[in-house]
Amino acid sequence: MSETRQERKPEEFTGREYEAGFVTDIETDTLPPGLNEDVIRHISAKKEEPEWLLNWRLEAFRHWQTMQEPHWAHVNYPPIDYQAISYYSAPKSQKDGPKSLDEVDPKLLETYAKLGIPLREQEFLAGVAVDAVFDSVSVATTFKGKLKDAGVIFCPISEAVREYPELVQQYLGTVVPTGDNFYAALNSAVFTDGSFVYIPKGVRCPMELSTYFRINALNTGQFERTLIIADEGSYVSYLEGCTAPQRDENQLHAAVVELVALDDARIKYSTVQNWYPGDENGVGGIYNFVTKRADCRGARSRVSWTQVETGSAITWKYPSCILRGDDSVGEFYSVALTKMRQEADTGTKMIHIGKNTRSTIVSKGISAGFGQQSYRGLVRIGKSAEGARNYTQCDSLLIGENCGAHTFPYVEVKNPTATMEHEATTSKIGEDQLFYCQSRGISEEDAVNMIVNGFCKDVFNELPMEFAVEANRLMEVSLEGAVG
Amino acid sequence: MMIKIENLHASVDGKEILKGINLTIGAGEVHAIMGPNGSGKSTLSNIIAGRDGYTVTSGSITYKGKNLLEMSPEQRSWEGIFLAFQYPVEIPGVNNTYLLKAGVNARRKHHGEQELDAMEFLQLVREKAKLVELDPSFLSRGVNEGFSGGEKKRNEIFQMAVLEPSLALLDETDSGLDIDALRIVAGGVNKLRSSDRSIVMVTHYQRLLDYIVPDVVHVLADGKILKTGGKELALELEERGYDWVRQEAAA
Repeated sequence: MSETRQERKPEEFTGREYEAGFVTDIETDTLPPGLNEDVIRHISAKKEEPEWLLNWRLEAFRHWQTMQEPHWAHVNYPPIDYQAISYYSAPKSQKDGPKSLDEVDPKLLETYAKLGIPLREQEFLAGVAVDAVFDSVSVATTFKGKLKDAGVIFCPISEAVREYPELVQQYLGTVVPTGDNFYAALNSAVFTDGSFVYIPKGVRCPMELSTYFRINALNTGQFERTLIIADEGSYVSYLEGCTAPQRDENQLHAAVVELVALDDARIKYSTVQNWYPGDENGVGGIYNFVTKRADCRGARSRVSWTQVETGSAITWKYPSCILRGDDSVGEFYSVALTKMRQEADTGTKMIHIGKNTRSTIVSKGISAGFGQQSYRGLVRIGKSAEGARNYTQCDSLLIGENCGAHTFPYVEVKNPTATMEHEATTSKIGEDQLFYCQSRGISEEDAVNMIVNGFCKDVFNELPMEFAVEANRLMEVSLEGAVG
Repeated sequence: MMIKIENLHASVDGKEILKGINLTIGAGEVHAIMGPNGSGKSTLSNIIAGRDGYTVTSGSITYKGKNLLEMSPEQRSWEGIFLAFQYPVEIPGVNNTYLLKAGVNARRKHHGEQELDAMEFLQLVREKAKLVELDPSFLSRGVNEGFSGGEKKRNEIFQMAVLEPSLALLDETDSGLDIDALRIVAGGVNKLRSSDRSIVMVTHYQRLLDYIVPDVVHVLADGKILKTGGKELALELEERGYDWVRQEAAA
């Protein structure tokens, strides 16, 4: 006789089902696949852009054509055919741009409601203003009026180009130049929408701002561009969420986010990234190749990046801070989960230029199934950065035998007064930890979640309340395919 | 009768560790299982609690009239089995109280009882913490995170007090404890003795048994229970070692 109860091994911990995988059936205005100057002219014309922006795009495109796709990241994927992607897709009903929520296609409202972003109720329930970006266009922005009263500008970037051209022209591309890297150049050439935020001097933004990105159309890339400017002494907390339908084809998402913090300004930028990760065999999923950078331009400015990365087939992302202003502070708090066949190469760059600049990096990587994950981080202390300090903590948690965790820390110190601290750990969810929890009456599945959430606690504590709950839920690693 | 083990054979990685254990424990009884290193004492308690990695090749365990070996570890916990670990595990970032609350409520749910809310539970744990003189600050710390050896053992008995088991297995609970800590832990266990709760102590030494006096003492060696006696057997073992038991059994 042998024990007959079912045994389940940690490598069978794969992931909860992807709940955002549905497709919205909506008529679209989609450009045929392919990329050339005509396509860029077409996008620019659709957005009724001024001449300078078209020229800016074309310059980026010409630069991009001379560039090579980077392959230094610790990820593997088949070559991308950039001519097979459509660079613009918008719901037809959006053509003339809805003036209010009442004019938004009900199908779109329904889509966001299904994703837990009820654009209507949101207005009454939570203190969060939402910009909803569907494929290539922003479909709705809530609370615009209330924000305007505070002097805060929160609108689609395409609208900002028309309404506040001086602000956009002054700051666009100043943090991430058009030729910064392959994907940033591509984004600069073809970006379609995204959010624009301006917080005037001394204003504390009265509510959380949030953009919800949704890829829906087939064979379409999403290239959003976000620009946030926090003027002297202002404060803003911004949240970003992303989902996409479940499809067998890979889709490209190459965003650029630029943050500018002037003297004494503070920006808190939080991301919960849940793009479709592909299936358990690695079929489908989003390629998430994103450039996010903050310029702490002003003295005593402060930028915090908090990210929870649970989706995408491939992630290539390094939210960074250029600590230019004296006494400026950069923070990076990250939880990344790779399960099934997901791969992530993510981390940050902290570039210390100003005096007494401080940076903190807390990175928590969790790998399960066949997931592969790399932390890649650069801390550079420039010659001028007298008294700079960095603290880096980088922990990896492995679930099962077939996943991997890798760490690539780069440190460059050119000023002898710098203080650097680095801590790193790698651990496995032990069979003994699981059994301990089970012997206290907790199921194996709940025990894994409890251990994973405990591991992520330091980072979750940094998230705004609205996101902390969602983050906890997304981290649920469930059991599938139990064997007898 | 609480638990009945019949002709239990079990192996680890193909090596037979338990070679026919027979053991019956009645409700309210306190048994001590003593024996030399590597005799199979911890294997036995781990198999009762349902740990992976052991293959039961023959025999049976009947617990409260049910086939214990068919149950998952959490089901065994819900049915009232508790193992105080020899080496309690650290789980960073997971709050001690949170773990226990999840365990208690999972069991209540299993038995169709209403789950305790945060306030009710806090009241319960505060009361139980007093049993083992556990500083309330431990309740909000990570599970065994940064606890000293003695604190970990005390935490185990505290968990036992909260989970109120029918059958508690104490695996080398005395190891790593200084005399003051031993007194406190043993005092906690004694307060938890009751007519409907059975306790099995697995230990090398007589020392613990001075504080928690057993009803029955077994000698486990070479995968078998070689001798069973009263509390005086423990004193004899302390004095004479285990070899004479082996010889007697062989004869």
